[in-house]
Amino acid sequence: MFKVIYNGEIEAKAHKDVFGNTLAELAAEDKDVVYLDADLMNSSGTYKFWKENPTRAINCGISEANMMGVAAGLSAMGKKPFAHTFGPFASRRCFDQVFLSIAYAKNNVRIYGSDAGVTAAFNGGTHMPFEDMALMRAIPHATVIDVADGVELAAVLKQSKDREGLTYIRSTRKNNYQIYDPSSEFEIGKGNIIRDGKDATIIACGIMVGESMKAADMLAEKGLDVRVVDMFTVKPVDAELVKKCAEETGAIVTAENHNIVGGLGDAVSAVLLEECPVPLKKVGVNDEFGQVGPQDYLQEVYGLTAENVAKTVEEIIASKG
Amino acid sequence: MDRKELLELQKFATQIRIETVKQVGIRGFGHLGGALSIADALAVLYGKVMNIRPDDPKWADRDVMVCSKGHAGPAVYSTLALKGYFPMEMLETLNQPGTKLPSHCDRNLTPGVDMTTGSLGQGVSTALGMALAQKLDNKDSKTYLFIGDGECNEGQVWEGAMFAHQHKLGNLVAFVDDNGKQLDGYTKDVMDVGNIAAKFESFGWDATTIDGHDIEAIVDAIEAALKVTDKPSCIVLKTVKGKGVKDLEDMMLNHHVRIDDDFTNKGLAELEEVMAGIEKELANV
Ligand SMILES: Cc1ncc(C[n+]2csc(CCOP(=O)(O)OP(=O)(O)O)c2C)c(N)n1
Repeated sequence: MFKVIYNGEIEAKAHKDVFGNTLAELAAEDKDVVYLDADLMNSSGTYKFWKENPTRAINCGISEANMMGVAAGLSAMGKKPFAHTFGPFASRRCFDQVFLSIAYAKNNVRIYGSDAGVTAAFNGGTHMPFEDMALMRAIPHATVIDVADGVELAAVLKQSKDREGLTYIRSTRKNNYQIYDPSSEFEIGKGNIIRDGKDATIIACGIMVGESMKAADMLAEKGLDVRVVDMFTVKPVDAELVKKCAEETGAIVTAENHNIVGGLGDAVSAVLLEECPVPLKKVGVNDEFGQVGPQDYLQEVYGLTAENVAKTVEEIIASKG
Repeated sequence: MDRKELLELQKFATQIRIETVKQVGIRGFGHLGGALSIADALAVLYGKVMNIRPDDPKWADRDVMVCSKGHAGPAVYSTLALKGYFPMEMLETLNQPGTKLPSHCDRNLTPGVDMTTGSLGQGVSTALGMALAQKLDNKDSKTYLFIGDGECNEGQVWEGAMFAHQHKLGNLVAFVDDNGKQLDGYTKDVMDVGNIAAKFESFGWDATTIDGHDIEAIVDAIEAALKVTDKPSCIVLKTVKGKGVKDLEDMMLNHHVRIDDDFTNKGLAELEEVMAGIEKELANV
């Protein structure tokens, strides 16, 4: 069970610290856990772990494609590799190695792509992945996750340790809105209704979960009762839950820090079309490249704000008639 | 090269450093270490060697430069602004909303930037394409390329090294900024790239290693490289990451740093002192 403690405040712990601490815990508890990075340990909260555990943390240098192949080989020999680099370099820079050496060859590898979407902020367009989930979704049987907060990040990292196949997890390195009480438990593949409502459902992932909670508060002031789902597992998407929300609320808005091509919106709309067609609108990046700037500015530019989510929900409720 | 020209180039390099520290100082954070290490080579290229027209950045017969270690953007921007490609005030907009000066070099945003870089390794191949195009068009123009020593971890660098030899890209001069460090520390502790010049040589390149902060040595090495026309040239620059700002040079992990006003002002004071020394000498020649 999970407990929602969202109150509009930012979580205390940065995700890079959550990542560093969780890896250390996993490595202590399971001798087969190995962590690989491509010269980004000092950026991702694991530098100390590397220095203290040079045989458990393997620095591959700036060679992402090689790193993914090495991870595949480690898995083939029974190790449980976690590989990290920034999202674009964890996905498009090494896509064929991830596709073939890891997924097709049925190796079990967890990839953590940090700086999801606009959270890459000052690193700019070259470092801003709006397509990583689309790429990973296109790999058969892959699991694709975009976490809402640090509690969820720690939980999915732990759960993925013994998971078969390719698991891709994305998040910010910084702090999101706090959503969950630390006692919360999650199940990969199951979405969470984190706020109930009957007029429409916002299905969100990643940083857009907090924005959607904020949007629901704004809408409540206008007398609209909106449900919010944290669909942190974008693949396999929780089709049962999508269907249930469609039936019970009659309209869906998706919200993601990603291109609307190939992300959460597409995953949800595929389910709706086949199972339970209701009006749907997607909030996300409208087929644009990234750019440099502060995260709040970029959220404005690409429409990844509570205000835009709320506006979209109002539109869809109006269209329901 | 006469004394005056040497001093002018040293002055240019120091100006590049000053403007780079100011840019990053205004924002409060950035990739300062690896920007400062290539200031001297940038000064020689843009101050003496390259055939360019700052008032016509896309001039078809220009020499081109690809900074494959794209995170050194701020040093490139200082160089271009000082050459008059755009107003100096623009340097204050580094990484601000709507800026034309992002962390990593972008050919569609900044006048004078010839290639978009930031994903390490990729600038190398694009430079090869540019050099090949110059050759196919029988142009005299050259392609200059900056590669990080850490960047040499990328296999793409070595795929490119083979290609450049195969296609006899004698109009290509690549600098490897051998500051001995990458993001997670010393390259020898992260991914030891070994003897860089020997590696390029074994790929069929002309290669040499010099003090990357010695303007005269850089000038000589480029002149020698330009005489080699049947194969690509590699100049390995032995440099110091953070060169010119003592506190930064001494900092172990100095790749992407947060700096406050005190740090910036102290660094600027050191550089201004160097500048005063050069000016004084210049007045006497
Ligand atoms: C493909 C890719 N992987 C990772 C990064 C993140 N990154 C940026 S700079 C850097 C270290 C670069 O080291 P080096 O090439 O030696 O540059 P320098 O020390 O001269 O700044 C890393 C890992 C990147 N920009 N591109």
